[in-house]
Amino acid sequence: MLDDKDRIFTNLYGRDLCSLRGAQGRGHWQDTKKLMNEGPEWIVEQIKQSGLRGRGGAGFPTGLKWSFMPKPDSSTPPRYLVVNADESEPGTCKDREIMRHEPHSLLEGCLLAGFAMHTTAAYIYIRGEYVRERELLQRAIDEAYSAGLIGRKAAGSDYDFDIFLHHGAGAYICGEETALLESLEGKKGMPRMKPPFPAVAGLYGCPTTVNNVETIAVVPTILRRGAPWFAGIGRARNSGTKIFAISGHVNHPCVVEEAMSIPLRELIDRHCGGVRGGWKNLKAVIPGGSSVPCLPADMCDDTLMDFDWLAEHKSGLGTAAVIVMDQSTDIIKAIWRLSKFYKHESCGQCTPCREGAGWMMRVMERMVTGDAELSEVDMLHDVSKQVEGHTICALGDAAAWPIQGLIRHFRHEMEDRIRSRHFLMAAE
Amino acid sequence: MTEWREIKIDGTSVQIDPECTLIQACEEVGIEIPRFCYHERLSIAGNCRMCLVEIVGGPPKPAASCAMQVKDLRPNPDQSPPQILTNSEMVQKARRGVMEFLLINHPLDCPICDQGGECDLQDQAMAYGVEFSRYREPKRAVDDLNLGPLVETHMTRCISCTRCVRFATEVAGNQQMGQTGRGEDAEITSYLNQMLDSNIQANMIDLCPVGALTSKPYAFTARPWELSKTETIDVMDALGSNIRVDSKGREVRRIIPLNHDGVNEEWISDKARFAWDGLRLQRLDRPFLRGPDGRLAAVAWPEALEAAAQHLRDGPVAALAGDLAPVEAIFALGQLMDELEGRKECRLDKTALISGNRSAYVGTASIQDIDRAKQIVLVGTNPRDEAPVLNARIRSAWLKGAHIISFGAPEMNLTYACQHVSDRVDDFYQFVDENKTESDLTMVIVGQGALQGEVGHGVLGAAMALGESGLGMLVLHTAASRVGAMDLGFTCEGGLTSALEGAQTVYNLGGDEIGIPKGPFVIYQGSHGDRGAERADLVLPSAAYTEESGIFVNTEGRPQLAAKATFPPGDAKENWAIIRAISEPLGLELPYNDLDELRRSLREKHIQFQALGELPTRELQPVPRVPSKGDHRIAVVKYDHYFSNPILRASPLMAELTRQQHQKALNRSEKDAATV
Repeated sequence: MLDDKDRIFTNLYGRDLCSLRGAQGRGHWQDTKKLMNEGPEWIVEQIKQSGLRGRGGAGFPTGLKWSFMPKPDSSTPPRYLVVNADESEPGTCKDREIMRHEPHSLLEGCLLAGFAMHTTAAYIYIRGEYVRERELLQRAIDEAYSAGLIGRKAAGSDYDFDIFLHHGAGAYICGEETALLESLEGKKGMPRMKPPFPAVAGLYGCPTTVNNVETIAVVPTILRRGAPWFAGIGRARNSGTKIFAISGHVNHPCVVEEAMSIPLRELIDRHCGGVRGGWKNLKAVIPGGSSVPCLPADMCDDTLMDFDWLAEHKSGLGTAAVIVMDQSTDIIKAIWRLSKFYKHESCGQCTPCREGAGWMMRVMERMVTGDAELSEVDMLHDVSKQVEGHTICALGDAAAWPIQGLIRHFRHEMEDRIRSRHFLMAAE
Repeated sequence: MTEWREIKIDGTSVQIDPECTLIQACEEVGIEIPRFCYHERLSIAGNCRMCLVEIVGGPPKPAASCAMQVKDLRPNPDQSPPQILTNSEMVQKARRGVMEFLLINHPLDCPICDQGGECDLQDQAMAYGVEFSRYREPKRAVDDLNLGPLVETHMTRCISCTRCVRFATEVAGNQQMGQTGRGEDAEITSYLNQMLDSNIQANMIDLCPVGALTSKPYAFTARPWELSKTETIDVMDALGSNIRVDSKGREVRRIIPLNHDGVNEEWISDKARFAWDGLRLQRLDRPFLRGPDGRLAAVAWPEALEAAAQHLRDGPVAALAGDLAPVEAIFALGQLMDELEGRKECRLDKTALISGNRSAYVGTASIQDIDRAKQIVLVGTNPRDEAPVLNARIRSAWLKGAHIISFGAPEMNLTYACQHVSDRVDDFYQFVDENKTESDLTMVIVGQGALQGEVGHGVLGAAMALGESGLGMLVLHTAASRVGAMDLGFTCEGGLTSALEGAQTVYNLGGDEIGIPKGPFVIYQGSHGDRGAERADLVLPSAAYTEESGIFVNTEGRPQLAAKATFPPGDAKENWAIIRAISEPLGLELPYNDLDELRRSLREKHIQFQALGELPTRELQPVPRVPSKGDHRIAVVKYDHYFSNPILRASPLMAELTRQQHQKALNRSEKDAATV
């Protein structure tokens, strides 16, 4: 368990002020200039050594990502840092808490990360539904500007840095980094083909790095407390602290900062007051937001909440939004609801996702009632495999994985339902 | 020049430009990759996912070969060249999957779909699909759009490849097509259900890989396998677009573009595509002679030829070559006139084209030069009206950063930003003097409007001088026959006025855009009953451009051979044959009995016809720049785009398009009045 002294987000619950003064009281914006004086390369190197992996879901090493930005010279176009605050993954609400209560750690992170990559400005693309959060964040930006922490000669350095807040319109797909860039440019939020990656041609065709809110918000503390401290928390290659958002059938759903690689059971028992009706009443857990395959209860006993353990067990840490389902859950219907979400949010650009998401949702709809043939379970799995990996962006994968997880672990339940429906039909 | 890279495709090594995409690389080694959204002349969308290939040692999922460049391939750890597989199990599985997804919401209405038989989806479903459907859910249905009288829509068939949207925005230059909605509810639609405002819009029909956009006039008339296909040349404008004429029985059913990088890429204008309904109507199918009662009466050919010979024998003769006449007929008529010591003229629009100076009536730039131009100067021309496909090419140069400026009409409604400088000739001269030294990628396009009146020569000379320091000058003609006739020297000193002066007999070879004054006896030879036939005293019916083989020289001076697709109607004869027939009763028998002999004779006298399809080398012969006296203006010829020749004027479809064009203009002016 994470000691209080190791917490990065000390105001995650809003018990202290979220204003600049409050943030400064908690140690933010202290000697930012000194950190900047160490130089951009030092910052990138520190982040590399800390082992920080992207908190948006894919878990790509952040320092490595930053080093992909082309080396600046006088002839290069502007470069941008884009912060993905379009937190729309069902079950996920960790970035919201940061923006509500710790906006200044995000802003300071923007400055340091932007400085490390020689960017001219940061764009924060915030989810359409986050209206209050936008207001709070905008207020924090205004505060930081008036205090001279960002803008011209940011935080007393020689570096000019602007932060712009852009409000999205509420499309899930705009959380995909290239769709986000399209949306930011004023176009329809449709993912771009990669390559070219944003580091080569991103926002307005300029070198761009897109990072998650949490990734950026932990940067100042890592730099202050040192990379070894951060790397010392959690298992190897899965270092640091992580904000978990636990929802569903637990006694006290919560958002909590914990150490990486914490056992799932400890996370639930310690912070959420346990599963509703006791651990034995657990049916399944979706460990990382709606996109990752679920884990059945028998696997949950020794589940470690980090990137590698979950990937080894054919799931994923994703956004670390833990969705807990107890025995009262109709797991087929729960996954159908996710299918419906992905069908609704598919952008319609590329064929497999456009056609496949609707197809899978409709088959799932019949699976819920059992109005299907036994062979259709395999067909559904096959269709999900036809979507996975064949699309432009990862939404196709995200639509396919929950269904694959369901079939992998709860096939018997699906088959039982079909059989009992057939039995009932025959009886009538 | 970047270094070429070696890659391995299905085991075959190939050296390739790293800028190439994988799909191009595969084509290089002769492997065809199935595709729907990818099109060579449009931007890359990568959305159909049909062209997936496997990259050995790459990510565990296939990559879209249309979007991935060779330079993006990583070399293998052992430094061996990257390898891609186009037919591995992974690829086959991906293609089958994509095919199935495309078909689940595609209606199975192939038997009533006009695309049947030439449908990419049908062909690729045969090649890469499975023979049964696992889809049990209801299929999607989508409302059809009204895109106007040319493009018919069946949007339920649409597979959202967005080729039409990309064509409209990139090539045609209008923003009216787009995709609305999300996911499976995404629809291709036109903005606010507007009809498309473009005169090359029907190219979308060819681009559409399925039957979502089909040809409205051609709807349900024929199946592709019933049509005989003839590759030929379009004459609706002077561009000489390469086309394929599809005919069924004696009738032309449709016209589609052929690819020619140097001329029309693979687009044609709407009027070139839909001119065929004008080929059926208003046709002259018998000779007519004006009787003593002043009415035209049908006569037999021997009688008509005799009458023609008699009048030609009589006295001062003038011959006029109209807009659609093939080179062979003009050549034969020219030889006949030489024998009769008659005058001949082809510049019926009274332009200042200079006979004998090819660099002045064609120019020295080619159409393809537009692609690399950095500055394009339009002088007295509206290319959107006069040559829509050339206009699309100018637009693509503009998209690549070329600066377009114009001398002439201020408001031309072009598909790109065009800076209008002035319409004063003096201003143009001044511009030429000032810009001459610095513009090395400047191209000058001179329209017929700039060559009108007494300053025509001067403007031409100045334009040549401006082009000389850059890519050259291109004279943009509007008549398909004009350059050919100029090549044959079918002109006389003093132009049309002096040609007609004192003529007792006028031999009018398809000249429908002029009025011949009362007085002379007019022999009209042509295909349609139009202005020319109305004034004629003797009408000799001839073949239209799809009905005989003939050479046409396009606006850049490229001679191209048009082929015979169908037969002329009734008693109508091929143009050269009529002239050859008249020469007999005159006793001046022309020395050829068939088209081959005529062409041999033509080639002997005019070397530029020796290599058909090739662009002859052009030598610059400067034209002296005449200073303009007084305040002269450069005009843009008022050009009725859909009514520019007798074939188009006979077409009901063109009448409808003209009506719409006028309506639009009216609406625009009303709107302007309202805003004022």
